[in-house]
Amino acid sequence: MARALSNPPESAREPDEDYRLIGTPFRRVDGRAKVTGQTRFADDVNFPRMAYVKLVRSTVPHARIKNIDFSAALAMEGVLGTLVGTELPDTFGILPVSEDEHALAFDTVRFVGDPVAAIAAVSEDIAHAAALAVDVDYDILPTIGSFEEALKTPEPRIHDYGDEGNIHKKVSMKFGAVEKGFEEADVILEDTCYFEGNTHLAIEQHAALAVPEDRDRVTVYSSTQTPHYVHRALTKVLGLPPSRIRVIACSNGGGFGGKSDPFNHEMVVAKLALKIGRPCKVTLTREEVFYCHRGRHPVLMNIKTGFKKDGTITSQHLRTALDGGAFGSYGVASTYYTGALQTTTYKIPNYWFEGARAFTNKPPCGPKRGHGTPQPRFAFEVHLDKAAHELGIDPAELRLRNLQPPDSVTANWLRIGSIGLGECIEAVVKGSGWKERYGKLPQGKGLGLACGAYLCGAGLPIYWNHMPQSGVQLKLDRSGCVAVFCGETEIGQGSDSVLAAIVAEVLGIELADIRLCVGDTDLTPVDLGSYSSRVTMMVGQAALQAAERARDTVAKAVASHLDVPEAELVFAGRRVFPASDPEAGMDFNEAVVVAEAQFGTLGTTGSYIPPRAPGRYRGCGVGPSPTYSYSAAVVEVDVDEETGIYDVTHVWMAHEIGRAINPVLVLGQVEGSIYMGLGEAMMEEHVFRRLPKRLSPALVHKMPSLLEYKSPGFHDMPEITSYLIESNDERAPMGAKEVGQGPLLPMMPAVANAVFDAVGVRVDQVPVQPDLVLKGLQAKAKGRDARVGPTKFPAVDYGPPLEVLTPEQGGDGRASDDPKHRAGVRSASGTMKEREAALKERRSATLTTR
Amino acid sequence: MEKGQALPKGVTAAVLRINGEDHPVVFPTHHTLLEVLREECALTGTKHGCELGECGACAVLVDGEAVLSCLQLAAAVNDRPIDTVEGLQQDNDLHPLQAAFADFGAAQCGYCTPGILMVACALLERNPNPTEDEIYEALSGNLCRCTGYNRIVTAVRWAAAMARGDDWRPPEEDFFGTSVPVGDG
Repeated sequence: MARALSNPPESAREPDEDYRLIGTPFRRVDGRAKVTGQTRFADDVNFPRMAYVKLVRSTVPHARIKNIDFSAALAMEGVLGTLVGTELPDTFGILPVSEDEHALAFDTVRFVGDPVAAIAAVSEDIAHAAALAVDVDYDILPTIGSFEEALKTPEPRIHDYGDEGNIHKKVSMKFGAVEKGFEEADVILEDTCYFEGNTHLAIEQHAALAVPEDRDRVTVYSSTQTPHYVHRALTKVLGLPPSRIRVIACSNGGGFGGKSDPFNHEMVVAKLALKIGRPCKVTLTREEVFYCHRGRHPVLMNIKTGFKKDGTITSQHLRTALDGGAFGSYGVASTYYTGALQTTTYKIPNYWFEGARAFTNKPPCGPKRGHGTPQPRFAFEVHLDKAAHELGIDPAELRLRNLQPPDSVTANWLRIGSIGLGECIEAVVKGSGWKERYGKLPQGKGLGLACGAYLCGAGLPIYWNHMPQSGVQLKLDRSGCVAVFCGETEIGQGSDSVLAAIVAEVLGIELADIRLCVGDTDLTPVDLGSYSSRVTMMVGQAALQAAERARDTVAKAVASHLDVPEAELVFAGRRVFPASDPEAGMDFNEAVVVAEAQFGTLGTTGSYIPPRAPGRYRGCGVGPSPTYSYSAAVVEVDVDEETGIYDVTHVWMAHEIGRAINPVLVLGQVEGSIYMGLGEAMMEEHVFRRLPKRLSPALVHKMPSLLEYKSPGFHDMPEITSYLIESNDERAPMGAKEVGQGPLLPMMPAVANAVFDAVGVRVDQVPVQPDLVLKGLQAKAKGRDARVGPTKFPAVDYGPPLEVLTPEQGGDGRASDDPKHRAGVRSASGTMKEREAALKERRSATLTTR
Repeated sequence: MEKGQALPKGVTAAVLRINGEDHPVVFPTHHTLLEVLREECALTGTKHGCELGECGACAVLVDGEAVLSCLQLAAAVNDRPIDTVEGLQQDNDLHPLQAAFADFGAAQCGYCTPGILMVACALLERNPNPTEDEIYEALSGNLCRCTGYNRIVTAVRWAAAMARGDDWRPPEEDFFGTSVPVGDG
């Protein structure tokens, strides 16, 4: 037994025939460190002579910087150095198509909280006081606060690039005969829905510590989910060769997507450390974390779907409008994701997606758990609930009738692997007593059903390259300890445990025989990071390959030593032995001695590159994945009709996991997704307060604190029943799919659908707050439409659609040959390269500082 | 301090009694217990999530009672015993709470864990056999963003049972998931 639970469960289940460790609950490999306080998060790392850094942040939402006056700050005892934007003129950003951020504002600030300058001092108290004493003089520009305002206000532009005015990105892609599909429909439904923005709220505030090692060499410790991308951004901004920068990702105190961008504060501490020659640390306050954001985009959506009388979907047209905030971040990908995965659950033979993202003077939005997918999934699943009522078909049955088949290619050219969605729906339907209870519960109580699908890793890396997306190296030696090196980042999801378990399983050793070295850009092979639910799939495949190569090498040596065929050797119980004669074998460490003697120093590598997706059209890079996970949920609510206040009393969630490597950790992700989904469904909102324009241009976060930004607490949790559906997908390592994001997706629509079943009120927006439910109840009492939600969708010119034939139409994955289509939507202001050249010229016109 | 040598204004010298050991420290008088533990005593197991008393990540025990160390001036507790997560284990054995949290997935990212462990520890000290409701109530001042809470409550129940020598354990579905129902349901 590997590191067993101290108190293992007695299981009536059949032991897995294929595996000893995989599929059995085991203590996570970082479990002991996490309960003893030994885990070192970024702010727990300290160095002698360490200086403390504070950022001076903009107090206005949109302005030109006229002057920065450091004189009062510099007069303070203990101030060690300052930094301004012109010292780091190069731009960075997570996506190569939107490298629009400066370490510190170069000449323009774009939101309240945009960093303008930095101070290093001998203590945090002094750095804080000095930062407050920095006087920044601004020329105020008009504030653009919403998608609609951005659409109406093309000038002044928040950025000098983007598809037009303050619209950052426009997408229009038409797959199949969309109009014909609508003509063939018996019923066409159209809905307008809104999904409010929300934020990750990881309990750990971001921190970064840079240690100078020479004039041109620096190590940066950071709470980041993506050390490789931080490494690339630092290389660009500091202008140093990548070999001189080392990024170490500390264990993240929660990520959820909020630590996936390279951040200003990481660039700033690295530069300051090199400038003043001392280790420099920055730890953000909770308020600053709210302004860092990169969370869920607020999205307004219009969805129109055609159905046959029997419920078959004939066509869908989806339009989305994203409020992106002040920077690109992942926004171009987020825009595509508000349409891309719509086709993965139910067969949509003809599909037209139009999406647009606006720049606004608010903290930048980016990827939060589900990245761009929860919003259209909410719209779709609520829409389907309405369709079921319209068509007189049970909502579960309507979904089952439309299931996308396994091993198929969708209309937008996504290759689907195994699909456990049907089993998921059946599990929650049976578990919740849906057939007996749906539509039949007493007034005020109701059930709602919804589903979802998610990536098991994005098919393409963030920057174009042909290298592995994940790499693993093993070092074996005579001690019998296997050292595993991988760039993956533990953010709490259990990636370290997946990595160690796969290697231990293949080599037949225990978890305690493995030493991990992870998330270190100098020491570990590149892994792209903990995002897009890619780790189990990609790190798992690379680990599997490296471990199998190590096993083969050791087996070869042992086979010749014992004079038995290699194929007969078994690796199990920390021993290597012939299947026919276990006594004849040897301990694992002796086997390594034999191999080391025969082959010299032992090491193996493993890599993973996802299979190429079949799409060949512009924009086809967002959506493909080696395979997809599926989830279905039934939610039960209890609504108080006097107040609109409701409780979620029970959640049944089925998740198709492929195979659970450690079921306890899988269930933890399922339950965590239910929790976070409930927060989004019921209460969380990242919203802003605006004063009348004649008084102030201010646009500030309404509630940048953990107390006022409402998130669920201990008392808000319902009873949870979780089902894990195992399909053993051959595309995945040991059959294991993702679980970190998928189970969140059904929660928001399931809650809205349950509220409808309980009281007959449709709330077509998230969060489904009690005041909205009450508004619907009041309208209903007066005999009016008991629907609450947006009624209008702005007139957005998405440009001519890219037309793509579907697989069923005999297409080849390419857009139709019309050159106007092939070009897609052309940016009004040129490429990022052209923009950078223009920016370089502007660098001579530096701002004044004292 | 040498006799007669005055400390600069705004600085306090104290001997804090932490996890049963004396820690002589000198710190700015306005610094919180959280800051002194982490920065002067190198006890970084105690975490911060807001420094405004909202998240519970910084909870420690003072006189056996759970206290938010971010709201507590260190200078005010220099004569009282303080317990942090670093002092929970006995020699090299984990406290039952620590073992249950590690085994049961009650710690994911582990950042809120030290605070929750200390609040749960105070609860079990005064009530070795708490009901589920009492556990929810005791922990309601702590935020966790990973687990969805229920697993934490069950882990506390499991730890309490272990500490009492009771053989209660979480049900099998908490380790493997609920068996998928068969038949027409």
